[in-house]
Amino acid sequence: MTGSIHEEQNPSLSRRQFLRATSMGLGATAAGALLPGSATADLVGSGLPKAKRVIFLFMAGAPSQLDLFDHKPGLADQLGEPLPGSVSQGQRVTAMTRGSEQLVVPSMYGFRPAGKSGVEWSELLPHLSRQADKICVVKSMRTNAINHDPGKTFLCTGSEIAGRASMGSWLSYGLGTMNRDLPDFVVLNSAFWTGGTRNVQGLYSRLWGSGYLPSKHQGVAFQTAGDPVLFLSNPDGVDEAVRRRMLDAVRDVNRSHQQIAGDPEIGTTIAQAEMAFRMQTSVPELTDLGREPKSVLDLYGPEVHKPGSFARNCLLARRMIERDVRFVQLFHRGWDHHSILPKQLPGQCFDVDQPSAALLVDLERRGLLDDTIVVFAGEFGRTVYGQGKLERENYGRDHHPRCFSVWLAGGGIQGGMTYGETDDFSYNVVRDPVEVRDLHATMLHLLGVDHRRLTFPFQGLDQKLTGVEEARVIHGILG
Amino acid sequence: MRRTTAKLGLVALFVPGPTGLAAGQDRTEEPAPVDFNRDVRPILAEHCFACHGPDGADRKARLRLDVGGGEDGAYRESAGTAAIAPGSLDDSEVWYRVTTEFEDELMPPPEVHPEPLDPGELEIVKRWIEKGAQYADHWAFVPPVNRAADFDAQAGWGKGTIDRFVLASLQAEGLAPAAQADRRTLIRRATLDLTGLPPTPAEIEAFLSDEAPGAYERLVDGLLARPQYGEHMARFWLDLVRFADTNGVHHDHFRDLSPYRDYVIRSFNGDLPYDQFVTEQLAGDLLPEPTPDQLAASGFHRLHLVIDVGTMLPEESLSRNTIDRVTSFGTAFLGLTLQCAVCHDHKYDPIRQKDVFQLYAFFNNLDGPPETGRRKGPDFQRGVQPPYRRYPTETQTSLLAQLDKASEAAEAELAGLEEDHADREALDEEILRLGEERDAVEAGVRAVMVMRERSEPRPAFIFERGAYDQLGDPVERDTPAFLPPLETADGSAAPTRLDLARWVVAQDNPLTARVAVNRFWQQFFGVGLVKTAEDFGTRGEWPRHLGLLDHLAVTFRESGWSVKTLVRRIVTSETYRQSSVAPTEAFVSDPENRLLARGSRFRLDAEVIRDQILATSGLLSPKMFGKSVKPPQPLGIWKAVSLPDSYPRIFEADEGEAVRRRSVYTFWKRALAPPQLTILNAPNRESCVARRERTNTPLQALLLMNEEEFLKAARHLAMSALEEGPEDPESRLNWIYERVTARLPDPSVHTTLLTAAQDLEDMYRNAPPLADELCEGLVLAPDMHAAELAAWTMVTSAIQNLDVTRTRD
Repeated sequence: MTGSIHEEQNPSLSRRQFLRATSMGLGATAAGALLPGSATADLVGSGLPKAKRVIFLFMAGAPSQLDLFDHKPGLADQLGEPLPGSVSQGQRVTAMTRGSEQLVVPSMYGFRPAGKSGVEWSELLPHLSRQADKICVVKSMRTNAINHDPGKTFLCTGSEIAGRASMGSWLSYGLGTMNRDLPDFVVLNSAFWTGGTRNVQGLYSRLWGSGYLPSKHQGVAFQTAGDPVLFLSNPDGVDEAVRRRMLDAVRDVNRSHQQIAGDPEIGTTIAQAEMAFRMQTSVPELTDLGREPKSVLDLYGPEVHKPGSFARNCLLARRMIERDVRFVQLFHRGWDHHSILPKQLPGQCFDVDQPSAALLVDLERRGLLDDTIVVFAGEFGRTVYGQGKLERENYGRDHHPRCFSVWLAGGGIQGGMTYGETDDFSYNVVRDPVEVRDLHATMLHLLGVDHRRLTFPFQGLDQKLTGVEEARVIHGILG
Repeated sequence: MRRTTAKLGLVALFVPGPTGLAAGQDRTEEPAPVDFNRDVRPILAEHCFACHGPDGADRKARLRLDVGGGEDGAYRESAGTAAIAPGSLDDSEVWYRVTTEFEDELMPPPEVHPEPLDPGELEIVKRWIEKGAQYADHWAFVPPVNRAADFDAQAGWGKGTIDRFVLASLQAEGLAPAAQADRRTLIRRATLDLTGLPPTPAEIEAFLSDEAPGAYERLVDGLLARPQYGEHMARFWLDLVRFADTNGVHHDHFRDLSPYRDYVIRSFNGDLPYDQFVTEQLAGDLLPEPTPDQLAASGFHRLHLVIDVGTMLPEESLSRNTIDRVTSFGTAFLGLTLQCAVCHDHKYDPIRQKDVFQLYAFFNNLDGPPETGRRKGPDFQRGVQPPYRRYPTETQTSLLAQLDKASEAAEAELAGLEEDHADREALDEEILRLGEERDAVEAGVRAVMVMRERSEPRPAFIFERGAYDQLGDPVERDTPAFLPPLETADGSAAPTRLDLARWVVAQDNPLTARVAVNRFWQQFFGVGLVKTAEDFGTRGEWPRHLGLLDHLAVTFRESGWSVKTLVRRIVTSETYRQSSVAPTEAFVSDPENRLLARGSRFRLDAEVIRDQILATSGLLSPKMFGKSVKPPQPLGIWKAVSLPDSYPRIFEADEGEAVRRRSVYTFWKRALAPPQLTILNAPNRESCVARRERTNTPLQALLLMNEEEFLKAARHLAMSALEEGPEDPESRLNWIYERVTARLPDPSVHTTLLTAAQDLEDMYRNAPPLADELCEGLVLAPDMHAAELAAWTMVTSAIQNLDVTRTRD
């Protein structure tokens, strides 16, 4: 397969033409890296990359940091106490809790120190807590958005406003491809979740869209049912031999036409049809778990056998990373626990705890964790004050942008640590705040990219993932 | 003096000429004069304006380099040194700062801006300062002047002024125009460009045999008169104004804006003058006794994204909607990036934050809720929310009146009954039932969303740092200070949206006509004269043929803003009629055909590709107007983006004629636009798009070969070929090939495809079940073999997949 793209290119092509012509990241990169494997972003570099790939586990709906990561034992005896005004400072709230009294509700879950590092983990995440020494929990994330849609758009694209490029498409654009048979950026959405369907938000293709970047960099959302990639399979009545014969005719006619018309773009068209044909084999091979040993399947837990489960998607993510897909983003919905949180949160944790822990173990066993960043994040946090019923074991929490927790592992991240601190109410960040743009800048840094130099001209600006305000690389979490 | 020009050793002596292209230039000549706007401003904008530009708040060292004069201007002296001293590098602090070896003095500061000026850029700045450092107003902010008279003496090519401009610029490059395209190419090109559909074999035959002079012009006039012209032109406009069928946020509910689409189609077909087209969209509701069409046009203000009630605070939603309106106003009509000045003054253009909020004050006064309604009732079902105009049929009106009367009677009866009367329950039920029945009738009444002003205008304030809850100074309605002043119709101090609309299309507005003609040009050449069709500000592209752009802008206005006249001039020019066949080197040196030395060649847009497949296979429905339709999509793809209460939640494909209508009528869900279109670069319609990109990807190849509706269309055409076409395979192949591509295959192509047909037929004869699968659902004539139909289906599909088919050349 190697070199097939070049075979189809007219040798008289300029490099610029080549870059313009190739697609889906086939060597077309901002960095100017021409061939798979050579893309290390020397022109946009910030030094040697620690990581090559990213798996981003997006917890859509915003998990409660108070119940999972940000342990506040001091709140235990404050059930129903009003939140001091000095803490909330009249901060803007959602339409749902405007005007209601803000009464504290402590977490009903226990936290225990885990691993050699002794980082405290919630009892809801037993599998992850056993991987504590691989993980850095950032407790001091902040965001601007207070509602889901702008919040998710902000985390995924660096802006609350629709129309910007998403993280994965930036990486596809900036770093180029490492494989010839698969997209650079794949999206896997959970088809179901355990924590109830009561308060679930939609997802939007803009979250993995390419915005102003060329659309070949947009995420390819794999489907749970039917073709994993849209229009991948031959229709009924067309088998592989027929398809090959038909494509041979198309290729021959196109070649002959290129001789007359002169346009080298025709060469690209020919190459892309060949890539499409290869994908008809490579994608089913990728999504077929038949050859995974039982021990590996067991690692991810029983849900791995259900198509569309988060567990199965974690295993698919590992298989993609093995095949050098640059960026895999999982979306798991169902975290928006405005009420009956204790009924719903454990189910969500059941969905993600074992599979994401398994992912870290599996990547490590294969030597892939060192150069793969794994990130686990929602779009914002949840409030210390309750919503819905206000009982020790029955409560809910509203949206909270002023602090939330995310975790990272692998790819140059220091494990077994926490970063940043919030106040006694997990309300405001009191030490080492991390903005969304800082998280983006740090990921880019680990991938060897200076976030200030990864730009694309649009609407008169050199657009960046990290936006116009100054972003910082969080050196404190690097290994 | 510590002046040092350490970097100058690196400065290359070559400076790009006026066109920025090296082709055909004689390097031994004097370098071309430096033009501030074309050559210098982009460099200063890139490296300097972020801190030394129009934005007063972030300005460093009280120095701005976008203007020469004024208190902070580049000529000002500080501590005895001028920032820029015209004519003298040595006395110009700026020159020292961009060339110094001392890192702590170097500009731009590496920590702020990691890219220093490169040698070519330094050379331009050097020559500009040496020649007097003259500033000039940005070209697009100065009214266009028609300089066509300068070219009247030009001999030769083409009769029209467009060709004279293009010829002059080609000659300056040492190039000559290409020969005219052959007739088959011409009719296909013009038909696709003007109607979005391919020509039929009969139309081709008629054009080929029309040997009288003016055949091409007659063809063009006929195409301009077709109703499909308006559908095709509307499609570009709908991208520009982000037209869609859902509200785009959170639940992404259905929203019916189709009356607006119908208005746009009718306007193009009727050649509604562009100034009226703009005015009706911006202020149709404020015109005296507005027609239904003018009211539907004001639906322009209702095309923005809308969030569900109960999520954001209403004041935040209102501000987002309004900023969305301001943004689309800027992009669609003025080619300005107003949204870049919401949080602070514009970094590159002279747009102050205040200017944006003065415009905001025109658009924040919708007399209706800023969020979607609750999830029930007739409005929710029919996808509208107030304000709207109802158009009930006579039957509906009388039905509603009957139901109202019945309700009133029942309520009157109820009111007359004792508290514990036995009939109360039955009456209550009756009233409830009548209400439900009424809702059902009302949901069927056509309702058109419009713009309507509140009687009491909402005050407007500058948002500090763009935050809706951080109000700064109050502002009054006005237009940006760097553009001509706004006048009110009645001379009052309170301008209306109608005054704003009139300002947009006023003769002295330097942007409106240029922005419009550039977009129309882009449709016919694949790229605009200004490539950045959405941005005519200082960071937009310098126009490749400024004289031509200005000529077209002025004549467009003088023609009474007739779009058809403009389009006719463009497509009847010799420039447009050139052949696109060229040596590979020509494509390499000028891939986008910016020089216009040949005809343009580019992949067809998504909708044209789909419509062409339907049209050439004989399946396309000619039905026009009305609500959006849902051709089949892959199963279940809405699942990932829908919520349990989303309306609609599950994609249900239409059947029959609806699935064969033109793509301009396809239901557009913003959270997940139809993949058959987005895979081929259609935007998701969340934000205004003035130009689509064109990529070439494997996913497109998969779509075109595997999409089931496309394959069904191929089968349909293959069936027609076998039933109605020539008997012999050789002629049959030509019959299909001409229908799909408007051409006849040359001998080698003919051989390739015919051999494929034979091979495929053998393959299918050896695998009858496979052939039967492909022919599933069809009743074949007794003399037709499934393997034969299957083979010819695959050959037709192959022809549909050819580069010549998906490309307009």
